[in-house]
Amino acid sequence: MLHVLPDICTAFADLAAAFLLMYGLHRMASPVTAPSGIQVAGIGMAVAILASFLIMFDISGGARTLLAENAGLAILALVIGGGIAWVAGRRVAMTAMPQMVAIYNGMGGGAAGAIAAVELFGGHATGYAALSVTLAGALIGAISFSGSIIAWAKLQEVLKIPLRFPGQRIFNAAIFAATILLGFYLLWLEHTGTLAPQLIIAFFVLAMLAGILITLPIGGADMPVIISIYNAFTGLAVGLEGFVLQNPALMIAGMVVGAAGLMLTLVMAKAMNRSVSNVVFANFGEVTKSGRTTITGELKPTDPADAGVFMRYAAKVIIVPGYGLAAAQGQQKLWEFVQLLQASGVNVRFAIHPVAGRMPGQMDVLLAEAGVPYDMIFQLDDINDDFATTDVALVIGANDVVNPAARTDKSSPIYGMPILNVDKAKQVYVLKRGTGKGYAGIQNELFYSPNCNMVYGDAAATLAKMIEAVRGLGKAAA
Amino acid sequence: MITVSFFIGIYIFMLAAFAGWIIIGRVPAILHTPLMSGSNFVHGIVVIGGIYVLLQAATPLEQSIGFFAVLLGAGNAAGGFAVTERMLAMFKISGAPVKPHYKHKKA
Repeated sequence: MLHVLPDICTAFADLAAAFLLMYGLHRMASPVTAPSGIQVAGIGMAVAILASFLIMFDISGGARTLLAENAGLAILALVIGGGIAWVAGRRVAMTAMPQMVAIYNGMGGGAAGAIAAVELFGGHATGYAALSVTLAGALIGAISFSGSIIAWAKLQEVLKIPLRFPGQRIFNAAIFAATILLGFYLLWLEHTGTLAPQLIIAFFVLAMLAGILITLPIGGADMPVIISIYNAFTGLAVGLEGFVLQNPALMIAGMVVGAAGLMLTLVMAKAMNRSVSNVVFANFGEVTKSGRTTITGELKPTDPADAGVFMRYAAKVIIVPGYGLAAAQGQQKLWEFVQLLQASGVNVRFAIHPVAGRMPGQMDVLLAEAGVPYDMIFQLDDINDDFATTDVALVIGANDVVNPAARTDKSSPIYGMPILNVDKAKQVYVLKRGTGKGYAGIQNELFYSPNCNMVYGDAAATLAKMIEAVRGLGKAAA
Repeated sequence: MITVSFFIGIYIFMLAAFAGWIIIGRVPAILHTPLMSGSNFVHGIVVIGGIYVLLQAATPLEQSIGFFAVLLGAGNAAGGFAVTERMLAMFKISGAPVKPHYKHKKA
């Protein structure tokens, strides 16, 4: 009876972990309960990791003599991998969060792929069912691993430009098809009882190559979608390897994340009015040349001080932050400016577009970091009708998400995408680095409209000048 | 040892996907980044799979790949937790006492 005790302990610990991880995610339904949610999930994870070492009592064969060595290696890997990632996660700037999430995601995919590799090389996955699930997990995990690394490199700007070449789509499709075919060949080889290591290596190389090739051509504005997709992929790979290892906790946790990633992917794609396959297989840059070019009016640059003072005397201001604010690290200056306006009795709110920034919800996090209370932050659907009754819309480093061409110009590549209706406000200020176009490479007629003024320069520096100008008015002016 | 047959596995996947879809659907857009890093953390449970294969490894090849799996899985779990916890601690409602994360010059 005693010999099954470790097994029972592990089984119950995994059950508890699966419950706590799901319950933790469940608590993310509100910013009030979310912090305790992640702690609950963390406890679940810790319990599962500790209990997994109990398998030591149940090891036979060649692994038995290596047990002490393997346990030492496991602890070493936990300490090194966990330690480095923990320190990096504590230190990373909030603006760098998308690439951090991408790299953690790649790690998960790589781990799932590595588990599949051990099963395949060791010949543990026997039978068509187990082998096909192992291969599927290996494929998805390997794609997520290499793809996430490329996504990281692009977000970190190690890789600066989307890499595109003629016939790319056909080439990518050929590589992908070759990977799938090799997978089926390996599955067919099951009846022979042995898989040649060279073929397994080739399978992993092809899968990782596919991940790299899929991610390389994807531009910066599409990153929220691709990060969501790889999140779903890693979840799926973990779930599949969970089946191979006969561990329901892994299956449940992996599949919950797979569903979560899929939902976020669809939310992002919908916010851009594009299908997921369009994001992955077409490229924004390729189709933008046809946009309407007849824009009337002219760009009207204005001084930061004038814009700042104008907002100080406005009744209602809505601020639309975009990636430019993050790039300039201007979120703290912005909150300082907003507090000044609030002290003068101005009603200030923030409007966030679902695809603002480089990952879903990135702007919300940056504002929260600066100290903006979340009840001042509104999502597109909740605030869009209010622009018509607003005195000033202040657009900071956002472009495509406020482009009226999405409503009016059928030839525009962003036609049909839901946008923030800042052009309906009485006065619009656009803080922008320079006169260049947005990521989609489309002219923005908003900038030329009569009620819009441009304030050029680095967002943080511009906001500092606005703060100075409003302070200069003194309390007496209030 | 738990045994999950192929079809029971599919049932587990189906129910988990449903649960995930419903749980995640209730998360407000404002928390989408912590949700993503949080769900990222959840798939960090792959680390226990890595520990299983490493402890059962019988050859140097299995040992090294298993080590790699635990290393990456641990990074996924620890990093995902660190950033999610950090981000969620920043969300405050109006009037709540502000705990500054940065040097803030009082207006």
